[in-house]
Amino acid sequence: MNKQIIGALALTVGMTQIGSVQAQGRDNVSIVGSSTVYPFATVVAERFGRSTDFKTPKIESTGSGGGLKLFCKGVGANTPDITNSSRRIKKSEYDQCQENGVTDVVEVLVGFDGIAIANSRQAPKLSLSLKELYMALAKDVPGPDGKLIANPYKNWKDINPALPATPIEVLGPPPTSGTRDAFAELALGGGAQQIPALKALRGLGAEQADEIKSAMAALGIPAGVYTSYEESKGKPPKGKDIFKTIAYSVREDGAFIEAGENDNLIVQKLEANPEALGIFGFSFLEENGDKVQGSMIGGVEPTFDTIADGDYPVSRPLYFYIKAAHVGRIPGIQEYALEFTSERAMGEDGYLLEKGLIPLDEDELEQIQADVAALKRLEM
Amino acid sequence: MSKETFRNTELIQASLKKRYAREKRFQLYGQLAVLAGFAFLFILLFDIVSKGTPAFTQKYLLVDVHFSADKLGVAPGAGEEELSRANYSGVIKASLREMFPDVSSRSDKRRLYRMVSIGAEYDLRDQVLSDPGLIGQRKDVWLLAHSEAASYLKGQVSRESPEAERRVKDVQMDWLDQLRDDGRTRSAFNTLFFLEGDSREPELAGIRAALQGSFFTLLVTFLLAFPVGVFAAVYLEEFAPRNRITDLIEININNLAAVPSIVFGLLGLAVFINFFELPRSAPLVGGIVLSLMTLPTIIITSRAAIQAVSPSIREAALGVGASKLQTVFHHVLPVAMPGILTGSIIGMAQALGESAPLLMIGMVAFIMDSPASVTDPATVLPVQIFLWADSPERGFTEKTSAAIMVLMGFLILMNALAIYLRKRFETK
Repeated sequence: MNKQIIGALALTVGMTQIGSVQAQGRDNVSIVGSSTVYPFATVVAERFGRSTDFKTPKIESTGSGGGLKLFCKGVGANTPDITNSSRRIKKSEYDQCQENGVTDVVEVLVGFDGIAIANSRQAPKLSLSLKELYMALAKDVPGPDGKLIANPYKNWKDINPALPATPIEVLGPPPTSGTRDAFAELALGGGAQQIPALKALRGLGAEQADEIKSAMAALGIPAGVYTSYEESKGKPPKGKDIFKTIAYSVREDGAFIEAGENDNLIVQKLEANPEALGIFGFSFLEENGDKVQGSMIGGVEPTFDTIADGDYPVSRPLYFYIKAAHVGRIPGIQEYALEFTSERAMGEDGYLLEKGLIPLDEDELEQIQADVAALKRLEM
Repeated sequence: MSKETFRNTELIQASLKKRYAREKRFQLYGQLAVLAGFAFLFILLFDIVSKGTPAFTQKYLLVDVHFSADKLGVAPGAGEEELSRANYSGVIKASLREMFPDVSSRSDKRRLYRMVSIGAEYDLRDQVLSDPGLIGQRKDVWLLAHSEAASYLKGQVSRESPEAERRVKDVQMDWLDQLRDDGRTRSAFNTLFFLEGDSREPELAGIRAALQGSFFTLLVTFLLAFPVGVFAAVYLEEFAPRNRITDLIEININNLAAVPSIVFGLLGLAVFINFFELPRSAPLVGGIVLSLMTLPTIIITSRAAIQAVSPSIREAALGVGASKLQTVFHHVLPVAMPGILTGSIIGMAQALGESAPLLMIGMVAFIMDSPASVTDPATVLPVQIFLWADSPERGFTEKTSAAIMVLMGFLILMNALAIYLRKRFETK
C-alpha cells in the first residue's frame, strides 16, 4: 500500500517535471484555429518543413473562436504560437489576450474566402440583393405594419415580382460551420441593415437602454430577448447585440435545409433539383463551375476578381495571428509566416492559389510581407 | 386407461412434427444470423481491401531533366546552402515543357506541371546535394507522379466518364498514354507509405509518424495500466477485507468500464494539460488518458482470472507454510497469468483503436514529423485514418483504406499474441 502511494507520488512529480522541461523549450511551431484556413496552413507547413531545417509546424483545426481562446490563454511553450482565423480578432478577445499577458500580437491578412449562393446550370441565373436574401431566409422579417413576424414568404416572387416563381428552398451548412456564421453575418446581417428600423436599433449603445426597449417594442421584439441577454451575459446588451440575435437567425420552417458540412452533397442535390439554391465556399463553386452557377449578389457576380477586390458582398478575410513574445524563443515562427506570405505561396502562380485561396493584390501583399518581417504589433 | 395412453401417444406424435419443424426453423434463423454477420464482415473487408490495395503501389514518370544552372538559379561552384534553396520546381517545369513542346496555353501548362508530385522537387534537391556534378547535365530521372496522374495510370479513372466530372483531363490522359507507350512510366512498391509522415499530397502521405505515435502512446498505456491494474486486482481479490468500502470500489470499477471514452479525454485535458501543464498533443498524455480507459478492463479481467484459480492451490501453498504474499506471487499469479494477459492485450487493442479521447488533448492535428519521444507532438493510427477520410483530395480515399488495413493487421496480431500467450502458459 505504501509503495503504491510512493509510486503515485513519484509519477506526479515526474509528470510535473516533464511538464516544466517541456515549457522551457519546444522546437516545433504550434498552430491552432480556423478550419477554413487549415487546408492552406497545412500546405504551407508541409512545404516549410520539407524545404527548411526547421521542424514541421503542428496544426490543429479548432475553429476560429476556439483557436483564439487557446492563443490568448497566456505566454509559454504550452500555448500556441499562431492561431488561424476566418474573421478578425474581436475587441473582447484582444482584451482577453492583453489580460493574460499576450500583449504583442501580429495580425497577418492572408486572403479572402467568398461564399457563393448557387443554383444548377439548368435553371436561370438569379440576381439577388442582400435585402432579398434576408427576406427569404431570416426567421423573422418585418410585416406590413413594420413589426417583425415569422417569415411568411414561400415563393421567391412573393418577395420581388422580378424573381422566378419557384419555392424558396436553400441548402446550406449547419450552425457548427464557419461558412454558416459568415453567411449569417454578411448576407443576413447585411440585408437586415437595409431595413431602417433594424439599422437604427443596431446603432444604439448599451447606455441607451430605454431607446433600445422602445425600438424593440416598435419592431415587436419580445422584451424577454433583452432580459435574457442581460441575465446570461451579466451586462445590459447594446443595440447591436439585439440586432444580431434577430438578424442572424435563420428560418427553421423547412425553407432553409441544413445539408451537412459536405459541399459535394449540396452540389449533387442542386443538380437533382434545379429549383433549389445552395450555399458554399467559393473554391467549391470554381471547381464545379460546369454544374452550378453562382447567383449575382447586389449585382455582383462571384468571381476571383470581385472577391479579391471586395466588391462581392458575401466575402470574408482570412487571418492568422502571431504571438510576438514567442518569436525567437521557439524556432521557425517568423520564417513560417514569411513562407506563408511569400511570392511562391501567395504570388500570381503561388501554390496556395491552386488550393483555392483568393489572394491579396500585389501592393497589399508587399505591405503584409513588410509587416511580418518587422513583426508589426496589432493595436485595438 | 389404455385408451387414454393411446390418445396421448397419438397427440405427441402429431405434435412431434411441429416441434421438429420449430427446432429446424430456429436452427435456420441461427444460421441466417451467422451468415448475415459473415456477409457484412466480408463486404466490409472486401470494400476496404479493394479500395486500399492500389495505395501500396506508386507510379513514377521518367523525365529527361536538364539540371541547368541558369534555371536552378545557382552560380557554378555554389555551396550546399545555395544548392538546397535552388529552384528545382522550375527545372522540373522546364524539363516537362521540353518533353511536350506543343503545350502552349497557360491552363494546359498548369495541367502539365500537375502530373509530377511536389515531392519530386525535394528528390531532385537530394540528388544534386549528394552529387553537385549533376549541374549543367541532362539525365533521365524517375519522378514521382502526382496522385491524379497516378489514378489514371492505375486505371481508377477512365476516359468514358464525362471530362467535366473528373480531375484528370483528356490532355493529361493523352500525355500519360504517350509516356506509357514510350515506356516512361513505372510502378513500384509504395515505400513512402511506410517511411513518411502525414502530407497534404496523397502520393507523399505515409503512416510512419502515426505508427510511431501509436507505439509511444501504447507504451505509456501499458507501463501504467498493466502494473496498476494487476496490483489493484490482486489486492482487491486476495488481501482486501470484504466490507462496504470494497463493495463500493468494485461497483465503481465496473461502472468505469462503461464510461464513454470521450469523458476520459475531457478529464485528461482538465487534469494533465491544464493542471499539470503536460505538453499538448503528446503521446505521454494520450497514453495516460488511454490507460485510465483500459484500467477497468484490466482490473475486471485480472480479478476474474485470479478468482478462477483453484482454492486447492492456495490451500496447498498455505499448508506447506508459505506466507500469504508468497502464495499469491509464487502460486496464484502464475496460474492466473494467461487470463490476465489476455485481458490486458484486449484492453490494449481497444486503446489502439481509440480516437475520441485524443481529440480533446490535441492529438488530432496535422503532424508530419515522426515523434522521437513520448513528449513530441504525435498523432495515432485511428486519428490519421479520420484525418485522411476528411480530406478533400480524391487520392486520400485509397490511403484511408490502406491505413485501415494496417490498423486491422495490428489488431489481428495483438489478438493472435493473446491467444499464443494463453496457450503457452497453459501448457506450462
